[in-house]
Amino acid sequence: MDWKTKEKLIKYILLIFAMSSIMFLTGIVIVLFREGLPIFYKIGIIDFLFGQEWYPTYDPASFGILPLISASVLVTLGAMIFAVPIGLSTSVFISYIMPKSIKNFIKPTIELLAGIPSVIYGLFGMKILGPFLKDIFGLPTGLTALTASIMLGIMALPTIISLSEDAITSVPKKFRDASLALGGTRWETISKVILPTASSGIVTAIMLGMGRAIGETMTVLMVAGGASAMPKSILKPVRPMTATIAAEMGETPVGSNHYQALFGIAIVLFIITLSFNIIADLTRKRFYKKVSGK
Amino acid sequence: MSENVKIEIKDLNFYYDDFQALKNINMNIPENEITALIGPSGCGKSTFLRVINRMNDLIDHTKVKGEVIIDGQNLYSSEVDVVELRKKVGMVFQQPNPFPKTIFDNVAYGPRMHGEKNKNNLEQIVEESLRGAALWGEVKNRLYQPALDLSGGQQQRLCIARALAVKPEILLMDEPASALDPVATAKIEELMADLAKNYTIVIVTHSMQQAARVSNETGFFLMGEVIEYGETGKIFENPNDQRTEDYITGRFG
Repeated sequence: MDWKTKEKLIKYILLIFAMSSIMFLTGIVIVLFREGLPIFYKIGIIDFLFGQEWYPTYDPASFGILPLISASVLVTLGAMIFAVPIGLSTSVFISYIMPKSIKNFIKPTIELLAGIPSVIYGLFGMKILGPFLKDIFGLPTGLTALTASIMLGIMALPTIISLSEDAITSVPKKFRDASLALGGTRWETISKVILPTASSGIVTAIMLGMGRAIGETMTVLMVAGGASAMPKSILKPVRPMTATIAAEMGETPVGSNHYQALFGIAIVLFIITLSFNIIADLTRKRFYKKVSGK
Repeated sequence: MSENVKIEIKDLNFYYDDFQALKNINMNIPENEITALIGPSGCGKSTFLRVINRMNDLIDHTKVKGEVIIDGQNLYSSEVDVVELRKKVGMVFQQPNPFPKTIFDNVAYGPRMHGEKNKNNLEQIVEESLRGAALWGEVKNRLYQPALDLSGGQQQRLCIARALAVKPEILLMDEPASALDPVATAKIEELMADLAKNYTIVIVTHSMQQAARVSNETGFFLMGEVIEYGETGKIFENPNDQRTEDYITGRFG
């Protein structure tokens, strides 16, 4: 085989692989919409998205997913309330206060935490945090939205810390020097110059952390409690979208309304996480433009 | 020529770790005049400048010996408040470094940080400072636009305005025009002459022509020492030390 033919062959093989990965992804999205769209026609978008009763196995069944969306939102927001202050403070500490030698050891360690399988978080939440919260608050069960929020918050921490720290250290040193030369203290410089400049990068970190939290399945399945009613309090069990799909799909007849409704939830989830990723991408671009382009 | 000494440097020695960057420097910098520091790269001029506003404190493992006295107080004594010092001694850097904020917010940054909250006062301070930096006319209609949209020369004048806004007595300028084109440079030099009426200016420059043009006194640095220091005219026309003459005539540098 001469070299020209070999080059052509390699090119085509690579093309086939690239095409197939694109095809898999597109295929999944197509199947997702094919299986799930019918429920929107059958029930109506408004009733599906805003209906407050998710009773798919009743007769007659009811497919309102507002309790599930609310549960996902509640648990994600809770996770962020927990993770953002801790994560941001940690990243400021790492960038500005920690000596370099320790930083080179701590940062990779935190990033390793991102690799812990979610089922382990679920285990911890179910058997350690859950009973603990049950005792403290005197609850009937420790498997609640709060438990899930805390566990998801911990899971999101490595992402938030790592990306925020990157954003903060990317802020050019000259801004810090300018602020200090004007008589600024270290903390004034951080809060008035560094953090505002790094803000789009930090928003990216938070968006990606939120994307992770809302798409998390195993942990919430084990920890959130499983009641598909509208969440009235953070100390009650809830059923986020991911846990619903995971818990109910196994026993649902293919092609039934319930089946299509679960795919419908998947579509909603897909669109939400897609939006988070798009926003994260836009803010990341804006951040890089701010610190380097200008 | 002013008779008052604004900054008195006595037996100053400075170390980065084990490396001695400044050796036995003694200098009296007069008030309300422009003092230029010249010398080849790496000879300690910028380090010396940063000693005066204690920006070297930010670098680990540095050591200062000797005294730097402003208005009767040694900057390195323990009662000195570094924040107050840096209000009194402003600095303009080689690369213009305005914050990624609006023009107004850049100039107002210092005063706001030091407690000024009244909007009218801030507007007045911003205008005065921008006038002082010969930039007001060019930006008065775009105060709330991003500072980073300005040209390099304008950004540098903005940095000067920003430094002036905290009402310093001394301005340290580290090669302020080296990143600028000749037209912008000329504007900055013109501005300096004006500023010297009210401020004591110390400028580090690589351009001997610039030093000859703008300064009243010149100090020649070589390998961490001040070889010669005196009236600019004398240094350039009739230096005492052979090394000074060699540098000025371009035999090295």
